[in-house]
Amino acid sequence: MPGSLRRWSGPIALLLLACIAVSGPASAGEPVAVGSKKFTESVILGELASHGIRQSGRATVHREQMGGTRVLWSALRRGDIDLYPEYTGTLRQEIFADHALPTRQALRAALAELGLAMTAPLGFNNTYAIGMRSVPAERLGIRAISDLAAHPELTLGFSNEFMDREDGWPGLRRAYDLPHEQVRGLDHALAYRALARGTIDATDLYTTDAEIQRYDLRILKDDRGYFPDYEAVFIYRHGLGPDALTQLRRLEGRIDEAAMTAMNARTKLDGVPETRVAAGFLHKTLGLDLQVAGTTAVERLVHRTGEHLALVVVSLSSAIVVAVPAGVLAWLRPRLGQAILAAVGIVQTIPPLALLVFMIPLLGIGGPPAIAALFLYSLLPILRNTYAGLQDIPEHLRESARALGLPLRARLRRIEIPMASRAILAGIKTSAVVNVGTATLGALIGAGGYGQPILTGIRLDDLGLILQGAVPAAALALITQGMFELLERGLVPRGLRLASTPR
Amino acid sequence: MLSLEAVQKGYGGGSVLQPVDLVIDRGRTTAIIGPSGCGKTTLLKLMLGLLWPDAGEVRFDGQALSPRNVEALRHRIGYVIQEGGLFPHLSARGNVILLAEHLGWRRDAIERRLQDLCQLAQIEPAVLRRYPAELSGGQRQRVALMRALMPDPDVLLLDEPLAALDPMIRFQLQGELKAIFEGLGKTVVLVTHDLAEAAFFGDAIVLLRAGQIVQQGTLEDLVTRPAEAFVEDFLRAQRAGLFVGGNPGRHA
Repeated sequence: MPGSLRRWSGPIALLLLACIAVSGPASAGEPVAVGSKKFTESVILGELASHGIRQSGRATVHREQMGGTRVLWSALRRGDIDLYPEYTGTLRQEIFADHALPTRQALRAALAELGLAMTAPLGFNNTYAIGMRSVPAERLGIRAISDLAAHPELTLGFSNEFMDREDGWPGLRRAYDLPHEQVRGLDHALAYRALARGTIDATDLYTTDAEIQRYDLRILKDDRGYFPDYEAVFIYRHGLGPDALTQLRRLEGRIDEAAMTAMNARTKLDGVPETRVAAGFLHKTLGLDLQVAGTTAVERLVHRTGEHLALVVVSLSSAIVVAVPAGVLAWLRPRLGQAILAAVGIVQTIPPLALLVFMIPLLGIGGPPAIAALFLYSLLPILRNTYAGLQDIPEHLRESARALGLPLRARLRRIEIPMASRAILAGIKTSAVVNVGTATLGALIGAGGYGQPILTGIRLDDLGLILQGAVPAAALALITQGMFELLERGLVPRGLRLASTPR
Repeated sequence: MLSLEAVQKGYGGGSVLQPVDLVIDRGRTTAIIGPSGCGKTTLLKLMLGLLWPDAGEVRFDGQALSPRNVEALRHRIGYVIQEGGLFPHLSARGNVILLAEHLGWRRDAIERRLQDLCQLAQIEPAVLRRYPAELSGGQRQRVALMRALMPDPDVLLLDEPLAALDPMIRFQLQGELKAIFEGLGKTVVLVTHDLAEAAFFGDAIVLLRAGQIVQQGTLEDLVTRPAEAFVEDFLRAQRAGLFVGGNPGRHA
């Protein structure tokens, strides 16, 4: 094996360098990084910002559907991204939950303390609302929530979350003195269908839900101002630059609820890519003519394969470099070895999603935290197999090696590690195959790869898109498995394979 | 050549070797014999520094064995165990030249030595390309002997080298080994549980019992002047098929 290792070390090193170049942080003069959360509206807003800023001549990169509020917020704080779309309600209730920031000025001041700023509202408010089908609402003359009080015969159906939250149905009922007895809790996605079938007459929804158009719903006016504002804004870092900011601010006040709902519906219900929906909107409202670079399925596959391979190859190679020597050390120093094995074993019990999120404060978003998490997961199988492979060497052979007068290093290099090579390789194979699968989760923190279409597919409930990620991921896992079986033929000494076949 | 001075060794609570004094003469073959568990293999491992004594000292050519000098001294000691102890991932050739490669011998020196050893051990050079799993038991012991002799050591230590072979091969190899030892004039220490083998090889026989040397001398000494009753019992138990000082014959 040492000879073969030496033969491979050149190409492996080059591959490593290439992967680091692909996944590593960009240098100065880098493009404006736009972030977005993992739901359609946020991605569309991210695309609007990206298209707009590109008008100023600056390059942009859209790290789409990176995760939830926490992920985006810490990415912005760290400077991994320069801006992302947010809601004033989220800023007040979640991010600055400990502060009372009732006015826009107070909010701006709190952001400014952190080196951040926000645009004026984009024009729509994506908050809780109560909706009814237009036709019965018109017939009953219901326009505002307060009108519901005159119709106690109506059946109300609310999402389970809305039923339970103090600021949901219980608060709403008090604020409007609603007399309804027939109130049901149900799943949000089912609520629209129940509404269409007439099982329920009114439900809670978000004011820009794509389904509002499809089901021809009327949003009842919150005439007592019960629901808090969730006005959409962009928050950005002070270093954004005047030209980019000018372009960004052209979106202020231009997107009303109807426009946003329409855009959501275009993507979510009609399956038009966010980037095209955003370009269409900018053309209509700002007269911008945008070239939307359409990528072919093959180009996308190649790109994602590159990202995915970078994640797997870099994390796995680093794990090999660390875990094989650690396994050898664990074998040579049994007490230290137990500690090492226990520590690595504990890492393995952390759920992948949690580990990925832990990495964000340390390493930001994108490739590096995903690689770090995958690296940690790859350690245990390699470490344990290295240790077990060495442990399995018969005592009389270890003594024969010592009796020859070979020093420790030579014994490890010429005898012990080659004799354990089959077990070590099996450990690496296990890590590699698991790694290919786990790497799909990297998309959650902006690392790209095959997880990206899976994530989008789940968001849009599009099985085809999910398969675009799942099928190549499965194929890659199989290819990896096959490659390691070939590698085993090349790396495991012939004598060992002979020795283990029963004669 | 080799001496043990008041060497004592125990595992866990029990003692394997009582304080033992033993001198191995240069250029002679010494056979260490005794019932299983008497500490004969332990004695051999102490001579190689594979084990360290709890008390006392092992001396090689006057030098006290220590972790500091043991690796260099091992190059002057060849070691052959039951079934050879060949490394399964290396070819027979790889096993034989492993140490020479590590010591940085020139290629032509390695080849020359290899040729000589093939002749000595009566191994076809083509056989060296095979892996241990592809060798017969007798070939494995021949290759193991070649590996042990590669650095031309002063001393050969053999731990039951023929015990795993079937009787025909064993009989043939005994004769060859003896010829090799006599031809080389090396100091040989051989551990066996078989009196016939000890008598066949050994210029001197060391009889061990429960970690203590009971008697030391030629077979005649043991037969004619037994040190204690155990010697007589041991000899009687092994007597079947024994020819004093001659070829041991069949004794399966």
